[in-house]
Amino acid sequence: MPLFLIAQIAGRTVAIESSHVESVVDIGAIVPVPRSERHVRGLAALRSRVVTVIETKTALGLPEGDGTAMRAVITIVDGHHYAMLVDALEDVAAFDLSPLSAGIMLDNGWHRVGRGIIERDGEPILVIELGALIPAVAAAA
Amino acid sequence: MDDLLQEFIAETRETLEALSGEIVAWESAPADRERLDAIFRFVHTVKGSCGFLDLPRLARLSHAAEDVLAAVRSGERTPDTRLVNAVLAIVDRVGEIVEAIDAGHALDDTGEDLLISALDAGSEAIVTSVAPVMRAPTRSVRLNVDLLDRMMSGMSDMVLARNELARRLRDEGVDPTIEAALERLSLTVAEMRDTVTRTRMQKIEALFSALPRMVRDTAAELGKSVTLHIEGSDVELDREMIEMMRDPLVHLIRNSIDHGLEGPAGRRSAGKRDSGWLSVSARQSGNQIVIEIADDGRGIDTGRLREKVLAVGLRSESALRAMSEQALLNMVFEPGLSTKEVVTGISGRGVGMDVVRANVEQIGGRIELANTPGKGLRISIHVPLTLSIMATIGVGVRDQRFAISRQTIEEIVRVGAGSIRIDQLGDTLMATVRDRRMPLVDLGDLLGFGRREPAMLVIVGASGGSYALAVDTVLDHEELVIKPAAPLVMATNIYAGQTLPDSGLPMLMLDCAGIAQLAGLVFTREIVPEDDAEPSAPGVQALLFDDLDGVRRIVPLSVIDRVEPVPVGAIRHAAGRLRLSVDGAIIPLVALGMWEGKASVSVLRLRDGSVELGYAIGEALDIVELPDTLVPAHDSGPIAGVVSIDGEQIEVIDLHWLFSTHADPNAAADAPLCLLEGADTAWLTTFLRPVLEAAGYRVTTALRPGEVAGVIVTMDGDAASPAHAAPVVRLRRDAEGSAVDGSIFRYDRPGLLAALAKSAGGR
Repeated sequence: MPLFLIAQIAGRTVAIESSHVESVVDIGAIVPVPRSERHVRGLAALRSRVVTVIETKTALGLPEGDGTAMRAVITIVDGHHYAMLVDALEDVAAFDLSPLSAGIMLDNGWHRVGRGIIERDGEPILVIELGALIPAVAAAA
Repeated sequence: MDDLLQEFIAETRETLEALSGEIVAWESAPADRERLDAIFRFVHTVKGSCGFLDLPRLARLSHAAEDVLAAVRSGERTPDTRLVNAVLAIVDRVGEIVEAIDAGHALDDTGEDLLISALDAGSEAIVTSVAPVMRAPTRSVRLNVDLLDRMMSGMSDMVLARNELARRLRDEGVDPTIEAALERLSLTVAEMRDTVTRTRMQKIEALFSALPRMVRDTAAELGKSVTLHIEGSDVELDREMIEMMRDPLVHLIRNSIDHGLEGPAGRRSAGKRDSGWLSVSARQSGNQIVIEIADDGRGIDTGRLREKVLAVGLRSESALRAMSEQALLNMVFEPGLSTKEVVTGISGRGVGMDVVRANVEQIGGRIELANTPGKGLRISIHVPLTLSIMATIGVGVRDQRFAISRQTIEEIVRVGAGSIRIDQLGDTLMATVRDRRMPLVDLGDLLGFGRREPAMLVIVGASGGSYALAVDTVLDHEELVIKPAAPLVMATNIYAGQTLPDSGLPMLMLDCAGIAQLAGLVFTREIVPEDDAEPSAPGVQALLFDDLDGVRRIVPLSVIDRVEPVPVGAIRHAAGRLRLSVDGAIIPLVALGMWEGKASVSVLRLRDGSVELGYAIGEALDIVELPDTLVPAHDSGPIAGVVSIDGEQIEVIDLHWLFSTHADPNAAADAPLCLLEGADTAWLTTFLRPVLEAAGYRVTTALRPGEVAGVIVTMDGDAASPAHAAPVVRLRRDAEGSAVDGSIFRYDRPGLLAALAKSAGGR
């Protein structure tokens, strides 16, 4: 059974497959990146590494957060490190992944990232893929 | 050259190891095109490298094997077991010779003719037995890049941890012994970081330094004369990239000389100078390094290229007709195509270019051709900046800092200085800096912080023109490790990369070309002037500054190594003069005013080529052109005279006086070498050495290989070893002794120095 990280984003409980999670950190000072997309909060230093901080709520098309979320899940996409801001982290546990039930339509940005469902004590939790929140941008030539 | 040879050996060895699998596979399936190509590329590369490393035996073997393989590739010969064996025997032999070169022992060359003749059709099959090869131990190792990366990031972590520790200790106000220990730690960490960084980075000089020799030899072989221009040797590049760029560069340059540049007769009839012009340059542009190879030869004949493509059957006639000129040009990168009929030892088998493109694309780069038929060809290789250390200037906009590559900065001026004006044309801002008009981009506005009165202008050059970038503050100069930012960030086109300076806060590096584009600036690319045209002699650029005593003075820019603020704690009156400790060394410092009351002063670090000198100033103001007319000073001293700039009298620093009066004479590396010899070297080193060093000699007690003593000092009674041809100065212990034997009393300082000076050829 794969391991999942259970987190809170915009008041919703979500599950993230742990193989996509490099680490879980508290982000320090964020340096903004002027003129970048709205969901790019900026750059932060994690030890000697610079990570791009993504405002997960904005990326999901949800109302913007108050900017206080400082806890983040680090994920690596195409060799770059991203810190995806989350409201809270709850748990890491093994679950069975089952597909989204037929007929369930996710709205907002959720449909882009929704990958399935796990069940925790009878409560269904949406499994999301963090990488899908980072739109593929053709590398600048 | 030794480095190159070592690298060639390591590379050949590595390829051979990788190739051994291919060879076995080819043996069992000689018709396999892919295996054939791999082996072909190997011998071709060996041939290319041998040419400029001057290894004729290897060149002969590889050339022979290449001929046969080319015949197989074109279908003229079929690869039967005999041919395969013969080629493999040569590949083995190449391996043996390479090992022999490395070990430094000779290898019998009998049988090589046999190996080569075995390649001919219809020759006897040969059987070779490979003798076990002895490998010489080497003083170099090849490391996995991942390991170096881990080392680098560990190092950065260490620097950050050190910084935090230092911050905490400062806050607590700890006792000086702990601070001293921390200081020592800091020094070690800084040194380590330099070393570790150097393991990864290399100046492109490593690539360029072999070019003059290679170009000369290649040109001589072809009976051509070529003038080579090399530019940008100090651009730093990832070692990995440098390795990957070596073959493509060599191929392209050989191609240029062989196919591009005409012979002297051809050039004369085309109305060109006899000597061909070849330029190789490297520069950093945005988030790329661009390596350009340009010649003034005949360029690519697209008509012939078209015929050739048709003849080889790479494209149909209709497809060719639909092709743009540029697309047709790019056909030269197709495998199996060459517009030159004659195959020479230099190039021209049509492998070069496809291998070149494959190599460049492998590291994420691309190649562009700019062809002017009859006039020349310009090949630009763009390679991404995966990681590089760049000299940057920090600029501040509101409360955010950015880095700008120093290479793109032409100058930095403060708004408000007399020669600067800013005007508004319509809604567009324009700056005039000393009669030079240029567009102005308000960085704050561009980044969405809103407009503000410009305070500082950074004048940057970008793709064919210059513009002024208005920023709030100009901070410091820093060497930074720049890495590419995430695609989301790069997509803005404003940034060239990201970095983590010692402050621990990430910083973005600006892409000045991207900013120009974003701001809608269009520069018409200047036509490269005919190289016959002498550039008009530019005036001497000089730095205008307020000195410590409040007087405005000026000093030529060319002698200034850098300007940097130093804490006054680093300045001391020591050993009879004012000295500055900086970067682990002590250099003489000149101050024409009071510095004691300040927390820090700006210091100009002046350099006359070999000797360094510090000059403390109040504030650097501007860079201006030094007027030609100088009214000489009344007395000799630190001021050479006075010039008039905008009607103001400005004192000009007398560099000659400054260096002759203040510089440490012993800093020069070409000082005569003085050898202390004999039984009493203890007295000589303890008592005499400082005197000699102060007088400008380099002193040693034992010559290293290659060193030649200018003069030998020995005590009376010791026989100077006859091995040295240098003059000998003998010292005696008694003040009263006779001067008949030419010896000098050892405490007779003036006499001693005079004798030394006479012997060492005067100093």
